[in-house]
Amino acid sequence: MPARVVVLGGGVGGTLAANLLAKGLGRDVKVTVVDPTGMHVYQPGFLYVSLGQANGRWLVRDERTLLRKDVDLAVERAIRIYPDAGTVQLERGGSLEWDYLVIATGARLVYDTVPGLEQGAYEFYSLEGAQRLREALRTFQGGRVRVGIAGIPYKCPPAPVEFVLMLDGYLRKRGVRERSEITLLSPLNRAFTIESASKLIEPIMERRGIGLETFFNVESVDPSAGVVESLEGEKAEYDLLVLVPPHRGQLVIDESSLGDTGGWLPTDRHTLQLEGHERIFAMGDATNLPISKSGSTAHFEAPVVTSRIASLVHGTAPKTNYGGRVMCFLETGDGRATALRFDYEHPPIPPRPSRAWHAAKWVFNRLYWETVPQGRIPERASKGRGEA
Amino acid sequence: MTLATQTDRIIDARGMPCPGPLMALIGAIREGEVGDAITVLSTDQGSTTDIPAWVRKARHELVEVAPEDGYARFVVKKAR
Repeated sequence: MPARVVVLGGGVGGTLAANLLAKGLGRDVKVTVVDPTGMHVYQPGFLYVSLGQANGRWLVRDERTLLRKDVDLAVERAIRIYPDAGTVQLERGGSLEWDYLVIATGARLVYDTVPGLEQGAYEFYSLEGAQRLREALRTFQGGRVRVGIAGIPYKCPPAPVEFVLMLDGYLRKRGVRERSEITLLSPLNRAFTIESASKLIEPIMERRGIGLETFFNVESVDPSAGVVESLEGEKAEYDLLVLVPPHRGQLVIDESSLGDTGGWLPTDRHTLQLEGHERIFAMGDATNLPISKSGSTAHFEAPVVTSRIASLVHGTAPKTNYGGRVMCFLETGDGRATALRFDYEHPPIPPRPSRAWHAAKWVFNRLYWETVPQGRIPERASKGRGEA
Repeated sequence: MTLATQTDRIIDARGMPCPGPLMALIGAIREGEVGDAITVLSTDQGSTTDIPAWVRKARHELVEVAPEDGYARFVVKKAR
């Protein structure tokens, strides 16, 4: 009888892991993906939607079209995981049995933990949010734009920096930059989590006249007064406020009592097994790993999860570990970008921003649907720095 | 390890890369009560500058910074 593998989540990680498992193990496995919407969303596109550079249609596809034919798809919400019984309970009353479980449920946005956030701030972390922000920016006549982060960890750490750099060009093109002030409210004492990238970005921000407020951990928003306040006791007045909403793990993790206080899954950083559970793997945004929550992370984790499950199914010694590899582009505005390639041991050394990296990002955006979910990006092309 | 100062919560952030230890401290300050003493253990070099700088900015009290065997120990009191 084939081993039953249930994959929770049809995002980058879940889709790729499911396809690789079915392809690699053939008749030795039966893979089922469980996803509440059955739609796959290319989240890096939200940034471009918010700035009017892409439309929403490009970002969403039917998950079924991205999965191999021999992978089953259940468009269902998983509501509880029973690790000992080896089952997952589904919202509509059914239940699935598994021999191996891959949890790739991602993160959810929780707006209500910051008072005033939902009424007072725009965001580009959901398609609807990005579309609302696009409309607000289209008619923006100038003023104080504050861009901040309302909770850590959050997905795609470079996104707020990319947003301010691209917004500068956007407002210039619209002829309202001179009447506008752009400020990044950073939770750290620099613009970006990674120091080497910060050193590259901060001078660019300065040249473009983009302000930087450090150690500003958003605590609350007062929409009627137009003021955002930090945990550190600082206040910033705004005319347009853009905040990364706080993130948490999915409800099913909380309901199953598998997560930490943030709802993130305690995960072995090398084997990607859920701690204390040999047959359960966690990947992507759902884990507690001290690494970027990004599609790229999930992309590099999927082959490790697949290989580890293959070893367990075949009773062979596991051959691969996850080394913390991540590769992401960072748009620096004006049609230029840089790239961040790093792993657990090697911080990134970002190259000087260039048009070539920006073009590479756009090629990636365009090719995503035909390459990443199916595992068609060659290993060599996606190698992280420091890993030969 | 002996604690010179009484502590209400210990965050063992050893092995966590920057800015993990600081972010864990900020989370604990958010959740804690005024007067709580929070201990952070960190192997990250950046913590030795980041944590005192944040505590100063946020107007809490840095009670103690102590080098231990291969890591540093910070005790921070939530002042407001």
